[in-house]
Formats: sequence, structure tokens, C-alpha cells
Amino acid sequence: MPEMTMAQALNRALRDALSSDDRVLILGEDVGKLGGVFRITDGLQAEFGEERVFDTPLAESAIAGVSLGLTQAGWKPVCEMQFEAFSYPALDEVISHIAKYRYRSKGTTSVPMVMRIPFGGGIGAAEHHSESPETYYAHTAGLKVVVPSSPMDAYNLLIRSIQDPDPVIFFEPKSRYWSKEDGELSADGDPIGRARVVTPGEHVTLIAWGAMVARCREAAEAAGEDGVDVEVLDLRSLVPLDLEALAASVQKTGRAVVVHEAPMTAGFGAEIVARIMEECFDHLEAPVLRVTGYDTPYPPATLEEHYLPSMNRIMLAMDKVLSH
Amino acid sequence: MADETVRILAPDGQADKEARKQLGLEDEHLRELFRHMVLTRHVDLECTALQRQGELAVYPPAIGQEAAQVGSATALADGDMVYPSYREVGVAVVRGLDIVEYMHFHRGTWHGGVNDPVGSGFGLISVPVGSQPLHATGHAMGTKLDGKDTVTITYFGDGATSQGDVHEAMNFAGVFGAPVVFFCQNNHWAISVPFEKQTAGRIFRKAEGYGFPGVRVDGNDVLAVYGVTKEAVERARNEHQPTLIEAVTYRMGPHSTADDASRYRTTDDTAPWEALDPIARYRTFLEVEGLADQPFFLEVEAEGKDLAATVRAGIQGAPPRPVQDLFRWIFADVPPHLARQRDEVLGLAEEADDA
Repeated sequence: MPEMTMAQALNRALRDALSSDDRVLILGEDVGKLGGVFRITDGLQAEFGEERVFDTPLAESAIAGVSLGLTQAGWKPVCEMQFEAFSYPALDEVISHIAKYRYRSKGTTSVPMVMRIPFGGGIGAAEHHSESPETYYAHTAGLKVVVPSSPMDAYNLLIRSIQDPDPVIFFEPKSRYWSKEDGELSADGDPIGRARVVTPGEHVTLIAWGAMVARCREAAEAAGEDGVDVEVLDLRSLVPLDLEALAASVQKTGRAVVVHEAPMTAGFGAEIVARIMEECFDHLEAPVLRVTGYDTPYPPATLEEHYLPSMNRIMLAMDKVLSH
Repeated sequence: MADETVRILAPDGQADKEARKQLGLEDEHLRELFRHMVLTRHVDLECTALQRQGELAVYPPAIGQEAAQVGSATALADGDMVYPSYREVGVAVVRGLDIVEYMHFHRGTWHGGVNDPVGSGFGLISVPVGSQPLHATGHAMGTKLDGKDTVTITYFGDGATSQGDVHEAMNFAGVFGAPVVFFCQNNHWAISVPFEKQTAGRIFRKAEGYGFPGVRVDGNDVLAVYGVTKEAVERARNEHQPTLIEAVTYRMGPHSTADDASRYRTTDDTAPWEALDPIARYRTFLEVEGLADQPFFLEVEAEGKDLAATVRAGIQGAPPRPVQDLFRWIFADVPPHLARQRDEVLGLAEEADDA
């Protein structure tokens, strides 16, 4: 089976979407000739032309608002926010219009668009290039929030996001762009809204999404050497959230740690912990813990290793819930 | 107003005969402009009254801006698309929308204003100031990609020109050659802040920075508004060139029924504009030119009263929508977390009904 990086899988998903549906458009900053700063749109303009894959002026709110207008002319735009922190100028369009248009129009007007957002740290980037704003979007009714962690999932979920009749905020864990996976690309995988048990286990559940899934796997492997049987659950989609899979896992293990890069306070981990309390209280053997970024601004690159959830912090948290 | 303002009708109703002829409007079309302005005025006054009586939650009066709205909307073709703000009832009247449905927005029955924005060619009422021009630019880029000859127009006010999104929308339109018309009603007020404090420049001149024409027009002169909009619409349709129109008018009422305009302006401010009333001016023109007679004016007046009565009958005491609607249209499907919340609220509503 061929080996493929997440960046290549995403590029293939976009290419296949452009080929199979002539209403799909790609727009954003530097997505044309350059192929995007991460090369996710590499070669697409050359293959599909400047009408379907085009560079925009440098204005994120316009990229979002214009994409909404394009949907109302019958197009399916896939727009790119170059980095997560540059998506903030577009929040008004996303929150006040894109997320609400179906609702406000009594279901007559869907918004079939995807906003791709590279997010997260760990790549030694400059300020405003490493944040994790998924909670802002998950907190807004009307948006689906999808976060793949592997190349195969990235392909399947991006194809499905483009086919989805509702707006999807598609977070790409940029530190995993170059991670490789063997497999055949297929859009016949799980639909949006299904979590995945990455490694099954009996003693404790690690819950994560995006780049933290890989880190949780490493932690699970290390813990396994000490005889701890760790289940890693990759949520893959924050909205809709796979409550069933979450409950099934934690009811089985009775112990859970949620891991994310975003700051702790009001992070999506708080939502997960609350859901676990509602669904699994009688099964819990220990308080549910969070290992997250700290409640600081995202730090300079030379300090980010102290900020991001590390193997060590995840192991310590597991020790705590296991020894409770 | 400065010399560069386009005007066909003088405030006393005297027309620039040559300019008027060039509009190419038949007599019946000239009468139609009057009819739509009068219908708008009736609906507008009725809705202000309905708010005072507690039937509407809040209403933003359009009184004084009828010529700007009716003149511009009349210049559109049936298949053209409108992206309005929240004060465009005159455009809704010209487009033949169901005004009762539209006013349910202001009653708080449901958001949006129209049921099917794309199908009706009238986007949802947009409250975040200056946000909707981006949708217009995107829509226009989309119809152009399809090779259609659709034109998109968007309405916003002088206050909105301070918003970054309006700049971004015009900049994109210029770069992509989008067939879109930016119609700014400079009504001199953004709630309590006068035009002079919004921008130190001239609105219509901003167009030059985007590489397309800008026009300033007497917004209380329905013929001039029609004329400049028609030109802009044709330029968009045939040459894919956007236009920025600044229609200089005046918000005769408060910002909304929740506002008290006497806190920031006096009758000295409004009196000069009373004399420039767009409907009175145009009526004089029709009379002087012998284009309409007394029975016509009476008929239009009666039709206005009928429409106002229809709006009243449709709004007064209208029930809220069913509680189920809270969860119906968030996504195409109802995901599990929303299904749970829906079931909870429906259960509680049922219990309350039984009690």
C-alpha cells in the first residue's frame, strides 16, 4: 500500500473534489500559483484553471463573506485561512452569517462551504501561527467542526466536508502535515460525527483530536510498557460530537484524561469532561483530568515545548487518575 | 449639495427635461415610481404605529428614503439579486415581496425577513452593519463565473462605510470585476452620530481607490436615482464593472423605534429636509407634467391604505412559531446533541400546555 503524508492526502482530496464536482471552487491567500504556504493546493490551479482555484486579496473577512455569497450563486467554495490566528477577522461573517443562514432562512438556504484552517503549534513558527481556536467555532451553533489526525482520515473527512450541505470548519493539524500513513485513500470511511478508537484499552481513556492524537498514542505505548492498557479515542469531529463513542469508552475504562493544545479555561476539554460527568458518572473511578495548553498567550517558539501537552504531562495525568 | 451631485428634479418639482427624456421611462413607469413610494410610506408609517402598539418588537423607519430605495430597485431586472441591510422596506415593496412575512422579522417571529432569499432575489435582512456587501460581491463573482447576466446590488448606509467589510467587498469587486452595484444611502445619521463624524472624505470618491466609478446622486430625486442606478446596473451587466452610488438622503425618523432622536438633533436639523420630501416633490412633477390626475392619486392612496391594513392584519396578534422550529434548521439533519435538547424543550412545553 502506498505511503502518503497528510498534506498529500488533503491535496488529493481537493483534487478529487474539483474533478468530481464542477461546482467546487478553491479560494484563499496564495492558494493559486504558490499552492498555499503548506502546498495543500499545490498544482490545483494549473490543473483546474484560474476560475476554479484562485488567489484572493489579503482579507480574511472577505474570503469568508464572499464564500457565502458564492454558495448563493450555486457554488461550493472551499476557502483557506492561511493560519488559524488569521481566521479571527472573519469571525463576524462566520458567526453572524455563515453559521446562521440556514436557520434564518427557515431551512431554504444551505451553506455548502468548507473553511480550511491549519492550526496548532509545535512547528517553531512565529507569533500568531500556532494557536488552537477550535472552541470559538464549536461554540457557534450551525457550524460543523472537523479535525482529522491522520492522512486517511484527512482525505475521507475533507471529501465528506465538501459534500456536506452545511458549513464545515475543517481544522488541519499543521504539525502533522508531514506525518505518513500507509493505506488506500477512500471516501467510504466514517461519516462526519464519528469518533475513532485509535488504540483499544481497558484501564484509562485518552481523548484527543488533531496533533494530540499522535502524542496520546506515544503515551499509550509508553504506558503499555508499564502494563497500563490505554484506550486512545480520536474525536475527529467536535461538532457533531460522538457522544456514544465517548460514553462507551469511558464507561468501559472508568478513567479519562482529555488532551488538547488550546488553553485550559473554557477549552473544548471542559465540554468533554462535562459530557463524561453526564454520561458516565456511575462508572467513574477517578476525577477526569485535562492536559492542555496553559492559560497564557501562545508562547514564543523557543518556549512552546513547555506549553504544549508533553508525553510527560500526559503520563503524569494518567498516573493520577489510575492511582486515585 | 455640491455640483457633482446628479439631479433631474429640482426641489420644486421642475424637471431637467433633457435628462428626464434620456431615462426612456414611459408614462406608466413614471407613475409606477410614485405608486411604489406611496406604498412604502404607508407600510412604513403603519409599522411605526404597530411598534408603538406593541405588535412589532422594534422597527427602523425608512421615511424620507423612499426615492433612494424605490428609484434604485426599479432599475433592477427580475432575476437580479439584492442584499439589503435592515431599512430597505421600499426595495422589498418594489421587488413584490410578501411584506407581512418581511415584517415578521421585526415582530420577532423569526429572523431573516424572507423565506427563500435566493429564490426571491432578496437576501436576508442583515443587521451587522456593513457585513452584507461581501455576500453581494461573492454572489456576483459566482454569477459571472457561470456566464450569467445577473446583477447583484447591495444596500448599506453612511455608517457602514466605516466598516472594514465594506472596503473589502468593494476591493474584491474591483479585483474580480464582479457585476455588483454598491448602493449607499447616505441618510446623514448612524443612530446618533452624524455623517461628518463617519468619514472625513466623500463616500462616492472612495470608488476611485477600487478602480471603478463612483456617483453621487440626489437621493430624494427618484428620477435621478433611477437613472444613475440603471447606468450602474447596465455597466455591471455588460461590462462587469462595479459602481459605488452615494444617494444623499435623510433619515427623517429615528434610527429605530427604540431610539430618541431628540437627544442628538433638533427640528432645525430636519426642517430643511422636510422641504425636500421625495414624494411631494415627485407628485408636483407628475402634476406639472400632466402625467397623473386626481383619480390616480386617490387610487394610489387607497392602495397604500389597503397594503397597510394587510400588514396590520397579518401582524396583529400573530402567534409565535412552534417551539419545534427552535431546532429545525440549524443543520440539514439534527445531530444527537441537538435532538436531546429539542426533546427536553418539547417535553417542557407539553407539560406547560397540560398544566
